[in-house]
Amino acid sequence: MELKLSKQDEGFRDEVRAFIADYYPPEMRVPNPETDLTKEQSLLWHRILYKKGWIAPLWPKEYGGPGWSITQRFIWEQETSRAGTLPPLAFGVTMVGPVIYTYGNDRQKKRFLPGILSGDDWWCQGYSEPGSGSDLASVRTKAVRDGDHYVVNGHKTWTTLAQHADWIFCLVRTDPAAKAQAGISFLLIDMKTPGLTVRPIITIDGSHEINDVFLEDVRVPAENLIGEENKGWTYAKFLLGNERTSMAGIGRSTRYLNRLKKIVSAEIGEDDAALDEFVKDIARVELDVLALEATELRVIAQMSRGINPGPAASLFKIRGTEIFQRITDLTHRAIGTYGLAIREHPASDNMFMPGPEYGHTASEKYLNARKLSIYGGSNEIQRNIIAKAVLGL
Amino acid sequence: MDIEFSDEQVQLRNSIQRLLQDKYGFDERTRIVRSDQGWSRKHWDSFAELGLLAAPLSEDFGGLGEGPLATMIIMQEFGRNLVVEPFFETVVLAGGLLEHAGSNAQRQAFLPEIAAGNATWALAWAEAGSRYDLNSIATTARRSGDEYLLSGAKAAVIGAPWANNLIVSARTAGDRRDSGGVSLFIVDRQSAGLHLQSFKTIDGRRAAEIVLRDVRVPSDQLLGPEGEGLDILEACRDRAIAALCAEAVGAMTELNSATLKYSKTRKQFGVQLGTFQVLQHRMVDMFIALEESISLAQHLNLSLAAGEPHSSKLASGTKSKVGEAARFIAEQSVQLHGGMGMSDELNVGHYFKRIAAINIQFGDPTHHLMRYARMN
Repeated sequence: MELKLSKQDEGFRDEVRAFIADYYPPEMRVPNPETDLTKEQSLLWHRILYKKGWIAPLWPKEYGGPGWSITQRFIWEQETSRAGTLPPLAFGVTMVGPVIYTYGNDRQKKRFLPGILSGDDWWCQGYSEPGSGSDLASVRTKAVRDGDHYVVNGHKTWTTLAQHADWIFCLVRTDPAAKAQAGISFLLIDMKTPGLTVRPIITIDGSHEINDVFLEDVRVPAENLIGEENKGWTYAKFLLGNERTSMAGIGRSTRYLNRLKKIVSAEIGEDDAALDEFVKDIARVELDVLALEATELRVIAQMSRGINPGPAASLFKIRGTEIFQRITDLTHRAIGTYGLAIREHPASDNMFMPGPEYGHTASEKYLNARKLSIYGGSNEIQRNIIAKAVLGL
Repeated sequence: MDIEFSDEQVQLRNSIQRLLQDKYGFDERTRIVRSDQGWSRKHWDSFAELGLLAAPLSEDFGGLGEGPLATMIIMQEFGRNLVVEPFFETVVLAGGLLEHAGSNAQRQAFLPEIAAGNATWALAWAEAGSRYDLNSIATTARRSGDEYLLSGAKAAVIGAPWANNLIVSARTAGDRRDSGGVSLFIVDRQSAGLHLQSFKTIDGRRAAEIVLRDVRVPSDQLLGPEGEGLDILEACRDRAIAALCAEAVGAMTELNSATLKYSKTRKQFGVQLGTFQVLQHRMVDMFIALEESISLAQHLNLSLAAGEPHSSKLASGTKSKVGEAARFIAEQSVQLHGGMGMSDELNVGHYFKRIAAINIQFGDPTHHLMRYARMN
């Protein structure tokens, strides 16, 4: 589905297409970019976009954004995901960056924004804790003021790519007496600070994406507090809104769906009774994608008229993740017998994988995609949000 | 229709449970899966000692003659404990094929060895491009004097890297998709011209791609009549499905009880997870899915034990229905465990992966749904 584009926007779209075709690093086209790239490899595209001035489409111009219209941002989103480029890591540019330029002071903006834009600082997110799950406000990690420092003790978990990170933004409890959301603060912590350790968590697909982060008497300069003490929940919610809007994933789903169609026609013969079932299943998912894309376009149009999309983000998160899970499930089924095989991590070309290449990541993607309906606020929680905020139940 | 188990059967189940509880905990299982070998000879020997490898096999050849219901009991307990040792491949598949289609000499030569735990086997039926059709075979067997020469390639043969012997399907006549002309051969895994490329499976086992280049097989190692292998394989698949569904039921039982326990202890937003009605209903649906699966798995195993003529249609129906139920339970168990469900350290994800593999072995739920729909 295409937006009706003006001549000018069409020109922009063509420019974006040409730029991706010319500059997207071929070494980033590996079987599974999310798990197979080294830190430096995964930063290649980030640095190219930084040089071009396109790294932070959502940022205001004064902080280093490109000054795009909502339509231009959408075109960018669509073109990059259709081309299958690995998006720059969200934790810096999409998440903590906007918190810093919205709620941080001038010194913090100067200190942190350049490193986020250039990719020199790799950020990770210290929200979840053991036992907290989707109930983020149950933060137990404590920060106690000691002179011009906070002393932080606690345990963060499911921390994505913390093994590469230079900085972590953390929710910490600064007022133990206050109720749930009230006593939370938003703190930026240098990963090299003594007392901070990272332990890998291997997930069911065999990859190392997430980690435990332990904080033991970690001394953090008080100047790394964002905004006001005990107001961290406001900033955290602001950030989560940004996280969820990007979860519709139309471009990615469209790409994987096209791939699935090719796999099905290669794997399943005309005389196989299962073919009809696959054809129907694929058509259903395709319609799901179409409906979500149309909804996204409708919301974009509303936003450009100044209407607040409200909890639309929850709808995108629910349907976007369900659709992608379904596609990875169907792809794994389509591979047939070779769906029994799974790559070992860290991935290497020397490791033998049987069957056609297009099937080599089917098992790990199916397994890995199970996380989508859990993280970023489980889909059950998203439904609760809509029930409460939209339906008034 | 609930099976009333005999005292012997109850005893069999109790003794397996004791053995696995004592010796085959999740940590031990993890250690075995991560070892270079990928399975444990020590545990295999203890299974043999307990009589598990002999239980379903005929008393005339070293077995205990307890039939499909013993297989069901064993597979269910193995499913609950995620046992990786090749009981299914060796006893259910190869043992069953030898018993039902083997010559007396072959039974005499191989079944007592299987029952005693001295040999492991694997069945090589699938090929690249055959999908789930037993008769889609390009591998050929050419008669030459008193031997056959086997050439071709077999795909994703589970347990092959561990096996002493293979049973290989090959064409002695006909074209790739013909139902006639399929023959089965007993092949020594060390045979000249037989090459294995091993890989790990999604559920922590080992499998191999097998290439055969003029592998010489003595003609007395033909299993069953020449050209009539498809019927033999189809009956083998029915038994395989009955065993795999019993194993799936074991895994589903553990997932449901782990998820229920978690939802009663885990607190979120100040209350137990289990107090959320949306999760209560989910777990009720998981309970129903398990009850239906237990019923169908028992029904199929009873039908096989009684030698019912329509077992094959029932087998496909059961594979489809239990497969979908198992997938639902597995996915929801991960979901309800939240981030913990994604962690390799928790057993939940490993049940999930075993169920994913079961759903592929001998045909996925869609394949069997369509087969069921088209059978009379």
